[in-house]
Amino acid sequence: MINALASLGRFGLSALANLGRAHLLLLAVLGGTAALLARPRLLVAQLFNVGVLSLLIILVSGLFVGMVLALQGYYVLSQFGAAESLGVMVSASLVRELGPVVTALLVAGRAGSALTAEIGLMKATEQLSGLEMMAVDPVRRILTPRFYGGVISMPLLAAMFSAVGVIGGYFVGVGLLGVDEGAFWSQMQAKVDFHEDIVNGVVKSMVFGVVVTWIALFQGYDAAPTSAGVSRATTRTVVHSALAVLGLDFVLTALMFGE
Amino acid sequence: MANTRTTEILVGAFMAAGFVALFFLAMKVSNLSSAANDDGYRLIARFDNVGSLKQRAPVSIAGVRIGRVEKIRFDQNTFQALVTMRINPRFDHIPDDTFANIFTAGLLGEQYIGLDPGGSLDYLVDGSQIEHTQSALVLEQMIGQFLFSKAEEGSE
Amino acid sequence: MGQERPQPPNPAPLAKATESPHAQVDDMTDRDPSAPLVKIRGLHFVRDQRLIFDGVDLDIARGKVTAIMGPSGTGKTTLLKLISGQLRPDAGRIVVDGEDVHRLARHDLYRLRTRTGMLFQSGALLTDLDVFENVAYPLREHARLPESLLRKLVLMKLEAVGLRGAAPLMPSQLSGGMARRVALARAVALDPMMIMYDEPFTGQDPISMGVLVTLIRQLNDASQLTSIVVSHDVRETSSIADYVYIIANGQVMCQGTPAQVAAEPSQWVRQFMDGLPDGPVHFHYPAATPERDFLGQGPRDA
Repeated sequence: MINALASLGRFGLSALANLGRAHLLLLAVLGGTAALLARPRLLVAQLFNVGVLSLLIILVSGLFVGMVLALQGYYVLSQFGAAESLGVMVSASLVRELGPVVTALLVAGRAGSALTAEIGLMKATEQLSGLEMMAVDPVRRILTPRFYGGVISMPLLAAMFSAVGVIGGYFVGVGLLGVDEGAFWSQMQAKVDFHEDIVNGVVKSMVFGVVVTWIALFQGYDAAPTSAGVSRATTRTVVHSALAVLGLDFVLTALMFGE
Repeated sequence: MANTRTTEILVGAFMAAGFVALFFLAMKVSNLSSAANDDGYRLIARFDNVGSLKQRAPVSIAGVRIGRVEKIRFDQNTFQALVTMRINPRFDHIPDDTFANIFTAGLLGEQYIGLDPGGSLDYLVDGSQIEHTQSALVLEQMIGQFLFSKAEEGSE
Repeated sequence: MGQERPQPPNPAPLAKATESPHAQVDDMTDRDPSAPLVKIRGLHFVRDQRLIFDGVDLDIARGKVTAIMGPSGTGKTTLLKLISGQLRPDAGRIVVDGEDVHRLARHDLYRLRTRTGMLFQSGALLTDLDVFENVAYPLREHARLPESLLRKLVLMKLEAVGLRGAAPLMPSQLSGGMARRVALARAVALDPMMIMYDEPFTGQDPISMGVLVTLIRQLNDASQLTSIVVSHDVRETSSIADYVYIIANGQVMCQGTPAQVAAEPSQWVRQFMDGLPDGPVHFHYPAATPERDFLGQGPRDA
């Protein structure tokens, strides 16, 4: 019994220590912002790694999600005779929720785990130490560009996901299922509000971008410098990112879309 | 290391595609283009009951949207709802004896203000009040009336 | 052989095998060129509840190759990290060229690091850059050089380690020994005043070993470098070292020139230097008596 309590206490303390370390790392990463502006090449390389390389999975997933939304939505809406609102349903779901959230989950799996593995391996092969010995701050040189690469890429990827999803929904709804084309777009344009839906969706994806990239970088930097340690860290990145994104999504939705 | 030039071009294309997507969403998917005209002239109308009329609800004439509900306030002196509407300045030939009704779009839809044009030769200008209004239909009242008239029929 | 607990190999540190060739300097921040480049006094360091260093005093002489030897796990790499400021001691002072390493501001610490080089056990080359770019990295970072001059410098450093022709290769294409030599070229890129070698001979075939040994000595002499070699390869290290420290159990067990240490009579030092399987460090891990385990007599020991 005492042992269980002691373990719980130890677990709690180590969780707090992790949280503290993560925040200290974030501060150090943000401290390198000015230095990054002097070396835009590093940022460009990371935008490529995180953004461009995730494009394929984002676009394909967006397309399929949009098409499925249209299919499912049509069957439900036509029961109420409201099939004309399919456009609104598809686009509102995408822009408000599915775009930011699914993009964040996919990016965490693809780019987040890659970031963690890369940094963990650099730690294990002493490259980070080597940089320190060459009087180069590894946090500023390696982590800061990756952080901004993720933060900038995420909203753009989410917008592309939603856009492609709407187009996919259009093809299925109007092309396959016969919903009226005019109604599809006009209802959508009437009901989807720029400030409330689109801007909020972009803000959500920015928040997710910060959280997912931060988790990925921290897990890599904190990983035990062994192969088992790196693999554990990669798993933790994906799991923690998913939980954080879904949890934050609830909080943000309540804040933004509640009355 | 991959060709730097190729990388730069691809990243540029990525950023451009992202902005295009945002632009597409803003223009084609949302109401940005039509909601951009927040200018226009104001009209006021008083209702006994606005039902579930909301801010930004459409204002239409002959089914064509010409403006939006800007504000809904409660007048404590007359116990009426005071609705301010913003009308697109293109539509400046609305007669001043027009009726303002609160209709429901579709069976379950949201409520909007429908204007029934009158025949006057004077037109509404910024700040004018629409005199003739009809409040929203409340379901319970209609049922009550129905039952009442049924009861009257029965007792004759 | 029925011991319950292992005896510590040496309950107390030995007196120095000989007088240190340098006078004891009281003033820790003395920049006199005949004074040691690195002075460590009273170093105390604990990690994961293990006492790694328990009051260690060390001097690293300028312009000489100093070897730090000892059994695995005694914290030799930790010592290098403490000297370079990557780790903080719990007590004690480390002074490099007159500057107290752990009192320096970040900026000054980084400046000090540009004057020291470190060769890691695995080379620690950046895997996404080729050999040329790896060696050029510190030059690009800290020196504003025109590209043509930079190119010549990098190729000169590579020439010094015999790998000028390997400049376009990627680290993944290099053998372990070659990677270490490239890392060495990178470590000397900024012409440091001191280089630290972390287990440079571990796992090398005889030829690469010979190359490295020669390089370390030649570089040290040609450029007036100070070299610190951490290793447990007794024979190779002794062949090039000017002065040797043997560290175990968190203390300096023995120090002196290689000849003096080789003549040291202490049993423990003899076992280490000669690689004897049994001695103060026991061959058998503590266990029950053989009768109990093999003949099954009586209850087992705890």
